[in-house]
Amino acid sequence: MNFTVTPSLEAEVDELITHYPVKRAASLMVLHAIQAQFGWVSPEAVQWTAKKLELQPINVLEILTFYPMLRQEPMGRHQIKVCRTLSCALGGAHELREHFCEKFGLDAHKHGAQTTPDGKFTVEFVECLASCGTAPVMMVNDEFYEGVTHAKADEIVGKCK
Amino acid sequence: MAQEYKLILKHADAPGYTPDIECYLRHGGYATLRKALALTPKNLADGKTLSAPEQIREEVKVSGLRGRGGAGFSCGLKWSFVDRKSGKPIYLICNADESEPGTFKDRQIMHKDPHQLVEGMILSCFANDVHLAYIYIRGEMVEGAKILNQALKEARAKGFLGKNISGSGYDLEMHVHRGAGAYICGEETGLIESLEGKRPYPRIKPPYFPAVLGLWMCPTIVNNVETLCNVKHIVEMGGAAFAQLGTPNNTGTRIVSLSGHVQRPGYYEIEIGKATIGELIHDPKFGGGLRPGRTLKAVIPGGSSAKVFKAGEKFKLKKKDAEGKEILVETDMLDLPYDFDSLAAAGSMSGSSAIIVMDDSTDIVEALANISEFYAHESCGQCTPCREGSLWMSKTLHRLTHGEGRAGDADYLVKIADNIPGGRTICAFGEACSWPVQSFVAKFKDEFVAKGAADEARRAQQAAAPAGQKPLAAAHH
Repeated sequence: MNFTVTPSLEAEVDELITHYPVKRAASLMVLHAIQAQFGWVSPEAVQWTAKKLELQPINVLEILTFYPMLRQEPMGRHQIKVCRTLSCALGGAHELREHFCEKFGLDAHKHGAQTTPDGKFTVEFVECLASCGTAPVMMVNDEFYEGVTHAKADEIVGKCK
Repeated sequence: MAQEYKLILKHADAPGYTPDIECYLRHGGYATLRKALALTPKNLADGKTLSAPEQIREEVKVSGLRGRGGAGFSCGLKWSFVDRKSGKPIYLICNADESEPGTFKDRQIMHKDPHQLVEGMILSCFANDVHLAYIYIRGEMVEGAKILNQALKEARAKGFLGKNISGSGYDLEMHVHRGAGAYICGEETGLIESLEGKRPYPRIKPPYFPAVLGLWMCPTIVNNVETLCNVKHIVEMGGAAFAQLGTPNNTGTRIVSLSGHVQRPGYYEIEIGKATIGELIHDPKFGGGLRPGRTLKAVIPGGSSAKVFKAGEKFKLKKKDAEGKEILVETDMLDLPYDFDSLAAAGSMSGSSAIIVMDDSTDIVEALANISEFYAHESCGQCTPCREGSLWMSKTLHRLTHGEGRAGDADYLVKIADNIPGGRTICAFGEACSWPVQSFVAKFKDEFVAKGAADEARRAQQAAAPAGQKPLAAAHH
């Protein structure tokens, strides 16, 4: 597995560590920084983080396995996260996810995140994204979209390279 | 007539208002902070002297400010619990883990007026002798974290953060810390564990009251975004003037998040208790009513954890008559003033002030299944009643919404829900996952029973049908 920490990532991590009187507190932010660069947190990344923060690897692994946003395996380049919670469900979230599944040839009845064979898109339901007044909402990677009609969804996806 | 009252959101949506510090300064920003830092000790009639921080704490107490995150606990009282004699540092954390389904108010503040939050935080830190503070923002708010980081950078550059703030001798540093998609991090002790770099398992109280044993076992204050913004206004206008806003014991304003089946979903800031649930739903200034041809079915008044109200439900509320005598007045659900105490008296809560409206097109069993799936996913797994119970409830509701229900499921759901809360779990998540189940089933029991009974009847018919002629199983939902 290719896990090479660039000087800029290392500098970012070193800076993050200064925010806390206890190194361990930087764990989540360090994992965010790693995931932003590699797309997921590999076992090598866990080892590296543990060493950097003077922890046991299990200390890092236990948070990696708890938080839904952290990935233990590579995902699609464009990760579509459709909010499924009540207000969005009332506003058509299920139909929106089905639309994506149909569009990408994924199984709408299957639970959990699904990635297209070419690795371009991942589609999944996530819990409340805190924009219930503009339902249905979704995120594509770090970008947030609200009031997503099927036409708007097609337009957003069309811009994904 | 109920009106919007924009205190926190005064500028947020004004044309041309931008989240940068120059814009904030042009609108009088950080003037309150400068004033507070320059306060001189005040001599009281009884010979005691109040330091500048003590004066601010006193104003917050006088203001009657109650927490805007969900519990509605007195902010002044929360601050008064802080152990100031331990010799350990005191920390302050802004809870920006806005995750209660239905709630989207803190997002507006952080995205559109971040410096108001930063100023409120600096004032709150100054008032509590805090020198290191964090903003714990939910992981999904990537843009919000960027905006806040930029705001902190700007505030640092202008000398509002760092060493010797505005020449006062007061030092404060502040950082943004991102969560990673776990609802339980909104629970303050879970949030603290998360910030320490651990799984966000809530801590048991006693002994781990944050005010005494919080972040790194030091005294810690955890306040919601909107609460901290209010502190800025309390210091600016004075606690007594703030207490004139809203209604007695429910002072100030609240930003109500309105979603679901209304014409104009959105966020509306009101003086607390000066608008009713019905006005928030139907008034053209607020929700603008239901979609054409629809009637109201149910309202969740304070985020998905709050007990549901059924349309037409009536409550007996205590009121004072003309002679000041306490009388019971029958009040329709829609006529409940939107405040902490009226909703509590009606058996629910204003929680995070998020109203979710459901019209007659809503399948109430589906709605509860949706909520329960959320809680089953978000239980941290630490306490058995919650970890197992939330999942059992979700599984039972899953079968009820997928043609596999039983007539007894309604009672079964309540039996599970009744055995989760009430001191059986470390944190209030046990209550949060049980209250929707208890209230939905109690108030719409016939719909739950009918669904289960229909499934049972169909299965019996299938079993009785001759071999080879079995009808297809119920269509997958």
